[in-house]
Formats: sequence, structure tokens, C-alpha cells
Amino acid sequence: MIKVENLTKYYGKRLAVDNISFNIDKGEIVGFLGPNAAGKTTTMRILAGFLLPTSGNAWVADYNILSQSLQVRRHIGYLPEAVPLYSDMTIRSYLNFAAQLRGLDKKRIRARIEEVVEICHLEEYVDVLIGKLSRGFRQRVGVAQAIIHEPEVLILDEPTIGIDPIQVAMTRQLIRELGKEHTILLSTHVLSEVSIICQRVIIINEGKIVAEDSIENLSSMIGGSRRIRLEVSNPSAKVVERLCQIEGISRVSQEGSQYILECSTGEDPREKIMESVVQNGWTLLSLESVEMSLEDIFLKLTTKKESDQ
Amino acid sequence: MRNTTIIALKEFKSYLASPMAYIVIGIFLVLTGVFFATSPDTLIETSIKGFLGSGSILLLLFASVLTMRLLAEERKMGTLELLLTAPVRDSELILGKFVGSLGILIVMLVLTFYYPILLRLFGDPDMGPITAGYLGLFLLGGASLAVGIFASSLTSNQIVATVVAGGILFALYFMGMLASFLPEALGKFVNFFSLSYYFPDFMRGIIDTRGVIYYLSITALFLFLAIRSLENSRWS
Ligand SMILES: Nc1ncnc2c1ncn2[C@@H]1O[C@H](COP(=O)(O)OP(=O)(O)O)[C@@H](O)[C@H]1O
Ligand SMILES: [Mg+2]
Repeated sequence: MIKVENLTKYYGKRLAVDNISFNIDKGEIVGFLGPNAAGKTTTMRILAGFLLPTSGNAWVADYNILSQSLQVRRHIGYLPEAVPLYSDMTIRSYLNFAAQLRGLDKKRIRARIEEVVEICHLEEYVDVLIGKLSRGFRQRVGVAQAIIHEPEVLILDEPTIGIDPIQVAMTRQLIRELGKEHTILLSTHVLSEVSIICQRVIIINEGKIVAEDSIENLSSMIGGSRRIRLEVSNPSAKVVERLCQIEGISRVSQEGSQYILECSTGEDPREKIMESVVQNGWTLLSLESVEMSLEDIFLKLTTKKESDQ
Repeated sequence: MRNTTIIALKEFKSYLASPMAYIVIGIFLVLTGVFFATSPDTLIETSIKGFLGSGSILLLLFASVLTMRLLAEERKMGTLELLLTAPVRDSELILGKFVGSLGILIVMLVLTFYYPILLRLFGDPDMGPITAGYLGLFLLGGASLAVGIFASSLTSNQIVATVVAGGILFALYFMGMLASFLPEALGKFVNFFSLSYYFPDFMRGIIDTRGVIYYLSITALFLFLAIRSLENSRWS
């Protein structure tokens, strides 16, 4: 649905996007994850037709962004980072204008406004001036605008930024719902958001793609090694020391009464840990294998990249 | 065509919804009314020259003010991103903005019809110069709006847009004055490009094709430049 090939964007001399390539299949919800200034907005603006790339190429819904820009724009729904709203219009008149721009005919517009207003939970506010709405509502009006023409592809630039937690949860729920019918690329710098909403993640930093995979694969690829969380009662200073002696454990750290054991690649020393617990006369409260969080992955990827340079 | 209409209508409506257009039209009517009432031409010739002369200069000013927000504000508020990612050609967008503002110009000019109507009621004015004069004002106004839209496409600051538009318009208007200080051949050449050069003919009731073509060319040129300026912003 989206194909990006060697896309590069310079603003004057400043390199914002550095030769990135990726593919997104029909029906996927993909997270575009990266810190501020990573190049997320720039990439999305190019896909949505707001900016042209310095070099490289991309296709959205099988249309080329350079030679078929109008077609691309017809098949895409786009929520920019700064939600493009007219504060002197009501939600209804704004959606009407947006729908007209997208080429919908009058009858269909009326029906679609009712639908998207319901999907985005804006029913009671359709005749309120947009300038009077809170940020969370404005964000949802932005989403309503993006889906009004039933586009195949949705591009959402930081859809949950700057809104309160209840609204965030509501917006995430909304995006997951939309994911059933649309192919979605969504950018965020909130790591947990990706694992909540997306099936796959593309991580970008300083204009380059650092990693791209399903969330599960990514953690095993980066981690490679297993992590175990151990909780024992009557802990003493010796616990860390003893655990370190176990074959196959590379590092031990303590968090309160819990111990995080990092295992050497390919090792599964759980049996040995149990033996050690018994031998030392500790009482076992829990022993579980933990997956690496996206936070860890990201930290690992970005620091790995820095140390490479 | 459809897209142009959508944008023109939206623009026209938002003019009517904001106080700015009313203020501009109000001041235009008051000032040209004063010039019309006090001009000797009104009583002696029963002509609207008093209105046309002042109106032509005021139009330059008011076109810069009316157009300043058309693109600068969209850029500043981020709504340009909505327009530029919609399946609408840059040319349709600019034309829509132009037609929308042209609508306000037409409203403004129609409201001044009471000057010739007054003359008709109390005298027997020559309708030739009146018709030609209105055509001249309309053409001059259209060209001024095009310049204003171009200026508005360059920046996200409305004040800068007005100043740039006013600067270009007054430079083009008063270029003719400069011409008298130049060697004759060069002076004539400069005059050809002056916004004020063809206007007196219209006031006298002469519709000179060169004048019509000149104003239409200025309009087309600046609309074209505005389209290019939008395209350029995509490459920025
Ligand atoms: N219009 C612009 N002009 C100049 N530089 C820009 C512009 N937009 C973004 N940049 C720069 O490009 C880089 C990438 O920005 P952006 O794509 O907005 O990143 P992100 O959305 O990931 O925060 C940043 O260094 C930013 O300062
Ligand atoms: Mg951004």
C-alpha cells in the first residue's frame, strides 16, 4: 500500500530524511517511531503530497507521489501534526468543506458527516465553533477530516500528542477501530503507544531507519538474550553475588526485592537458578522470563548507533 | 473548475463572516463618497470622475488589505497543509482565492452604483465614461488582488504580505511619474508598464484594448507567480 524507495529530503543544507526505504502492506497498522527531529513529519508530509522529496521515490495506493500526486492525495487521509482547522467554522461546515475538497458529492457528504461524527464521538458538538473546542476534540475533528472520504491509506502524525490521558486512550481506541478498514501509518515518539496500537514498527532516528520489524521479532532480534525476573524472600547481599556465579548469567541487577538476570545469548539457566535458590535456602516468590520493552530496544538501538560512529 | 468554485465560495463566505471586509468596504464608500461629493467634476460635468480618481488609488490600498490573509494566514495556522494535501491543483487553489476576493471587489463596486444613480436622478450624465470607468476600476482592482495574492503566498506574516503588496502596487502605479524624468523613449517604455497609464482613458470613456490587455496580463502574471510560489514551497 505504501512503498518508499531511497527517500531523501534536505531543507536547504539540513538533511532531514536520509535515504530511507520501507514497505507497508494493505491492512497493516505500522508505527513510525522516533524522537523529536527524527524526520517523521517530513517523511509523512512527502507521502501526503505536502512536500516533494529531494531525491528518491514513493508510491501510495499504487500511485506515484511525483507523477500522480493528485491521485495519491485522493486515496490518502492525512492528519498533520498541527491539526489544520479553521477556528471560525463549526465542525459541520469544516467537515463539509473538507469533504468537498476531497471530491465527494452533496448527498454523500451529508451521510458521511453523520457517520464520521459518530465514529469520532463528536455528535453533540457538530454545530459548535471549532475555536471553542479543547485539544482532544480538535484532534478528533482532525481524524474525522482524514477519514471523511473513506481513504484506503491513513497517515496520522502524532495523533495523541498534547491531549489529556482520557482523550489519549479514546484516540488510541479509535485508531485501532480504524485499523480494521484502513492501512495506517502513524508516527509517535511514545514508545508504549506503538505496542498498544501497532502490529509493526519502523524506528527512525536522525533521518535514518534504525530498525523495522514486528514488535515481537524486534525484541528477540535486538535482545537475542533472555531476561529473567526473580523474586525471593529474605534477600541478603549475597544474592547478587551467588546469582552471578551461575553459569549462563551475564549480569544481575537488583530492583527492590526483585532481581533482573540477563542471560548470555542462547542460554536458558532457569533450572540452575532453581537449584541455586534451593541450595541457598531462599524462599522463591516468583521466577519469570520477561520480554524486552520497546524502551529497552530503542535505547539499545540508538546507543549502538552512536557507538558505531 | 469545481475545486475553484469550492474554494472561492469558502473564501467569499469567510469574508462575509469577518469584520475586515465590512470595514474595508465601509471606509472605501465613505472616502470615495467624500471625493465624489466635493469634486467639481460631479456638478460641472455630471461625471463620476471624482469617485473614479480617488477610487483607483484606494483600490490599491484595499486590495493589499483584503488579500493579505488569503494564503499567509493559511500558512501560519497550518491549514495550508489541508489545502495542499487535498486533490486540488495549485492553480485551482490560487484561482479560487482570486475569484473569492473578486467577489468582494464586485460587491464593493456595486455598492458605489449609487453615485451614477444620483447623477441620473438629478442630471443627464454621459453613460459612456461611467461604464468605461467601472470597467477600468474592475480591471485595476482585479490586477491589484492578484498582486496581493502573490504577496500573501510569500510569507506567513499578514503584515509583511500587505506591505509587500502595497509596495509592488504603488511602485507599479507611480512608475508613470518617474517616466517624465527619463529620456523620452525610455519614459514611454516605462509608462507602458505603469498601472496608472491606461486608467485616465477609461475615465474619459475610451476602452482601449491595450489597456484591457495590460490589466489582464498583470493579473495573469501575478496569479502565475503565486502558483509558482506555492509550488516552490513544496520544494523548500
Ligand atoms: N520547514 C523546515 N525547514 C527547515 N528545517 C526543517 C523544517 N521542518 C523540519 N525541519 C528539520 O528537519 C528535521 C526533521 O524534522 P521533522 O521531520 O519535523 O522530525 P519529527 O517529526 O520526527 O520530529 C529536524 O531537524 C527539523 O529541525
Ligand atoms: Mg513531527
